[in-house]
Amino acid sequence: MAILIDRHTRVLTQGITGKTGMFHTRLCRDYALGRECYVGGVTPGKGGQDFEGIPIFNTVSEARQVTGANASVIYVPPPYAAAAIDEAVEAGIELVICITEGIPVRDMIRTRYRMRGTKSILVGPNCPGVITPGQLKIGIMPGHIHQSGPIGVVSRSGTLTYEAVGQLRELGLGQSSCVGIGGDPVNGLKHLEVMKRFNEDPETEAVIMVGEIGGSDEEECARWIKTHMTKPVIGFIAGATAPPGKRMGHAGAIISGGQGTAQEKLAVMEECGIRITRNPAEMGKTLKSVL
Amino acid sequence: MKIHEYQAKTLLARYGVPVPRGVACFSVAEAISAGQQLGGAVRVVKAQIHAGGRGKGGGVKVVRSDVELEQAANQIFGMQLVTHQTGPHGQKVRRLLVEEGADILQELYVGMVVDRQTQQVALMASAAGGMDIEEVAAHTPEKIFTVQVDPGQGLLASQAEMLARQIEVPEALVPQARDLMLGLYRAFDENDASLAEINPMAVTGDGRVVALDAKFNLDDNAAFRHVEWQDWRDLDEEDPNEVAASRHGLSYISLDGNIGCLVNGAGLAMATMDIVKLYGGNPANFLDVGGGATTEKVTEAFKLMLSNPEVCAILVNIFGGIMKCDVIAQGVVTAARQVSLTVPLVVRLEGTNVELGKQILADSGLPIRSASNMDEAAAQIMMALRG
Repeated sequence: MAILIDRHTRVLTQGITGKTGMFHTRLCRDYALGRECYVGGVTPGKGGQDFEGIPIFNTVSEARQVTGANASVIYVPPPYAAAAIDEAVEAGIELVICITEGIPVRDMIRTRYRMRGTKSILVGPNCPGVITPGQLKIGIMPGHIHQSGPIGVVSRSGTLTYEAVGQLRELGLGQSSCVGIGGDPVNGLKHLEVMKRFNEDPETEAVIMVGEIGGSDEEECARWIKTHMTKPVIGFIAGATAPPGKRMGHAGAIISGGQGTAQEKLAVMEECGIRITRNPAEMGKTLKSVL
Repeated sequence: MKIHEYQAKTLLARYGVPVPRGVACFSVAEAISAGQQLGGAVRVVKAQIHAGGRGKGGGVKVVRSDVELEQAANQIFGMQLVTHQTGPHGQKVRRLLVEEGADILQELYVGMVVDRQTQQVALMASAAGGMDIEEVAAHTPEKIFTVQVDPGQGLLASQAEMLARQIEVPEALVPQARDLMLGLYRAFDENDASLAEINPMAVTGDGRVVALDAKFNLDDNAAFRHVEWQDWRDLDEEDPNEVAASRHGLSYISLDGNIGCLVNGAGLAMATMDIVKLYGGNPANFLDVGGGATTEKVTEAFKLMLSNPEVCAILVNIFGGIMKCDVIAQGVVTAARQVSLTVPLVVRLEGTNVELGKQILADSGLPIRSASNMDEAAAQIMMALRG
């Protein structure tokens, strides 16, 4: 089991001939079962060529028809990235993972609007991607720090997720799947939707939820956990020391109008029965304490 | 990116939003001649800085003669204007907006934001205009009315009319208020705004609905498709360190502590600040060097942090991941040599070849302490501070 992706997922890389697309497609293909799972790439105008044996197509639609791909990962530059998501959705790709950072919010509002009523799921943008250790890696996270096991990880940030995974590794705890939902204000899957999937996944026994300042996704997820979650969840929120009104690197990490502070999020999470830690060095330890 | 009131009003006017006649001025002399040009019994001199609360801080003056106008311009131009949004040092006033006065009957509020939960734009309005809307939201939230804008249809005339009535615009002026809101939405949408406020939107004695003040924040991610933003940007209003950082692809925010923090990734950078605070320290900055912590970027980051005289120690926290720790360590050592680093440096590296990385730090002959995890790093930096 695992969530979102596994050995049966068939992946296209959109933007496969760009520097980032090439670099990460290579690393992903070389991770676990990547050779079977990465079936194609898309770069308009380069159809018919191949990237180290992976066939390249002009459009997602064509690539999907030929390869049967059901997932795509996007490394397309920001001005064109939302259109790349649209194309994948229109082609009927079930899981679209957008790594690109810096997409205008207005583009994402329109893309999310177009996605209404479709069956496609979006992860990101501005995220590290998704990994199911030992099976498949779709994204830019370092594969070698992961190992398969019972812990689910969901997070808005990249390196802080790696930090959490690194701590789990020290304690000998592997992961069922790790999902980076991204640091943008308008995105695809949120903590809540990922949490539901972990709750239903028989392989996942406990979940680390890593959030950050801004928005109220963590609170919404916490309220759902209180009444529905059957597995222990621990949480950390980055940005307790962030000043209000400043965008802390991620476009979505901003306290506005006194809303979205770490203190407020942690308080709601605690109320909802989530074991929280205020020390980012203790995410692993805290998780172990609830097993 | 923030822009000035006069720029926001120029933008709104393009979409048919009524704004007072006014002139942006870059000197007292310009302000005086603009005032004469405008004429009229009542004029307003307004400080142009990127912060709210200007009126309370003495940055807005209503004048009734040329003499008063000259006095006001002299007072405001060049002053260090302190408001609740500027911090204690305030912001120097380098631009003025001189406008015709208005006979205000009602002060209303309209604003637009991107609603993260619904993933659409929300238009908010309140009869309690002219005040800090955050105060209104905190104490009398029932006075704020909101409509969600469907991205496929845009703001509907019927929605705007409903809001206008809810905030008690006189019935005869509802069409004017509606058109103002429709113009505001188009300006917001077509210019990639992330926040827009008209506060107050005034109902005047001569039966008009006018945007007396305007605030626009723009989505930096969309700068590539708005060439004119380059002219709108006012570097005097930005922290020089943050400007320098963005030039090098670094994300930097000044804070008031004394421990410089250099981290890769925004979330980990915030978490590093948090743990420093947990150990009793005070971060001097947020600094995200991005995924690839190259020698060039680390060098620029060191220079930036060291340009702050408060910085007494530096904490580097890099989760290498795909980059190898020995490469990063070499980069840190080279950067530290290039800037002749004298303050204590604690480095926490994680990832491939971490032992090799630590060896490079130890062999460098530089006063670098290495830490294996974030707890150790925070403890070490506090020890370093104590000497």
